[in-house]
Amino acid sequence: MAMFLIRRIGHGILVLWLISVAVFALFFVAPSNVAQTLAGRQGTPETIALIKHRLGLDLPVWQQYLHFLGNAVKGNLGYDYYHQVPVTHIIGQALPITVSLALGAAVLWLALGVFNGVISATHPRSLADRGLTLFALFFYSFPSFLLGLLLLYFLYFRLTLSGFGWFPAGGYAPLTGGIGPWFQHLLLPWVALALLLAATYTRLTRGSMLDVLGEDYIRTARSKGIRESRVVVVHGLRSALTPVVTQFGIDLGQLIGGVVVIETVFSLPGLGQTAVVAINQQDLPVIIGIVLFASAAVVVSNILVDIGYAVLDPRVRLH
Amino acid sequence: MTAAIEMVDVLDEPKAIEGRRPFSLAVRRLRKDKVAMVSLVVIVLIVLMAVLAPVFAAVTGHPPNEQYRDIGLTPDGLPRGPNGTFWLGTDDLGRDILVRIAYGARISLLVGVLATAITVVIGVVLGLAAGFLGGITDTVLARLIDVVLSVPFLLVAIALVSVTGPSLTVTVLVIGCFSWASVARIVRGQVLSLREREFVEAARSLGAGDRRIMFVDVLPNVIAPVIVYTTLLIPVVIVTQATLSFLGLGLPPPTPDWGGMISESQNYYTTAWWFILFPGLALLVTTLAFNLFGDGVRDAFDPRADRT
Repeated sequence: MAMFLIRRIGHGILVLWLISVAVFALFFVAPSNVAQTLAGRQGTPETIALIKHRLGLDLPVWQQYLHFLGNAVKGNLGYDYYHQVPVTHIIGQALPITVSLALGAAVLWLALGVFNGVISATHPRSLADRGLTLFALFFYSFPSFLLGLLLLYFLYFRLTLSGFGWFPAGGYAPLTGGIGPWFQHLLLPWVALALLLAATYTRLTRGSMLDVLGEDYIRTARSKGIRESRVVVVHGLRSALTPVVTQFGIDLGQLIGGVVVIETVFSLPGLGQTAVVAINQQDLPVIIGIVLFASAAVVVSNILVDIGYAVLDPRVRLH
Repeated sequence: MTAAIEMVDVLDEPKAIEGRRPFSLAVRRLRKDKVAMVSLVVIVLIVLMAVLAPVFAAVTGHPPNEQYRDIGLTPDGLPRGPNGTFWLGTDDLGRDILVRIAYGARISLLVGVLATAITVVIGVVLGLAAGFLGGITDTVLARLIDVVLSVPFLLVAIALVSVTGPSLTVTVLVIGCFSWASVARIVRGQVLSLREREFVEAARSLGAGDRRIMFVDVLPNVIAPVIVYTTLLIPVVIVTQATLSFLGLGLPPPTPDWGGMISESQNYYTTAWWFILFPGLALLVTTLAFNLFGDGVRDAFDPRADRT
């Protein structure tokens, strides 16, 4: 177990390092006019040179990279070009929003996906099974921005026109301002994200539940006269959830790194939207910081999934 | 006489069935799947719409980028709803939405097919190489797969497109170069077990080289999961392209494409429902048809998945 962890963490660090090199190279190969933008239209060549010097952009790329790497190891991801705010601070500000969005949606999509999957698996090939599969595929096929816009159209615009101003047009209300407004602002994005992701979970739960319900020990449980609902939930679902947990870890890791489209549609200033703004402004330190953070979230969640796998299923041995 | 002929028929028939290859069995199963067949018809219709886009322009008399600021906009300068001249209404610049949807189908399908093809080719070749050659090749490729799978794809795609400037080639390359890793992982996993099988040993003892064994002997055995993955990848790619367009990183205007049209409609959805509805429907129907068809393909190639 300890060896496994050390090896996985080593691999994770290697992966992150490679990503940092790739992202750095990408932006330095491309022509940058950050200094020009900062100097404004009136900027003289001297001003531009001064700004470049101040941002360290006049150094050779490899020196800039080593400088970045040296700081990153100490937990400093640099400062944004425009306001000199530490990148870690920018990430810290955006993270609670993305985490609120991801976790709330996770509760919804897990409940929806697992429930539908169990219904489908216990009634295979029935009308309910086909209906639920179609429902899941329908939302799975939805482009996220389209679903977000439609929810806004019907549940914000139409409802507000009819005098029910239940949902805001977007934006974020921090938890410190009370749980009510926070909940109200996040409900639509949660629903959108959950509907998009639930399909995968319906399919996974259905498939793995069908496998498990065919096992001998389920027949044993039934023949002992245990209630069917107990057989399904306690004996069946418990072992059927392993692949669901795996997928959940992977999805959550990816979402924590930023939910670009849903955050943009619902004007939530989380990591995804912050990154998009930074990309439009060529704010390199912020872009690299968020990309690295997002990749780290994926790497860490993959390791956690492997550990969780071993904990849930005693047959799995890590080495 | 007739009895003898019937005898021969009866004797011949089982032989014919025995000779069916897994691929044709899968196609037979697929043809019996009503949902998949309806989806296929829808896909064919969308392809026809894309191919015949100039016909849409000719019949309505409206070129895709022509702005009808007089008859296509209300006196207040707002889009006009569906009517006899503009069957699906007009957009914010007075252009015919129907014609633009037809031309937009070309972009979606083109990107969908091209980017998927690149993804699958890279994924299969690297997956084969990693799984079959093993050793240092496998170590390097496996790490590369890890890297690509850990990168926040959409963020890096946006960053890349914003650096290089949006174009069809860039979109196709970005999607292709970041999606291959999952194909490679599937292929690698399959090849790892296949290379230990006797037929590989047999091929080697006949004097076949690595490349021949990889592409002639091993590749046909991984083709089924690749076909399934490919059909399910096309709608994902179409959505990704539309998403890039929606975020303003699609094709430069005035090229009509669905994601861009939906993005333009955002400021008008309170006044012009048709502006978002029809491009949105086109996109949704396309991805849904591909997903339902892909689902059918999966069941046809892996019938166990649906059996209890």
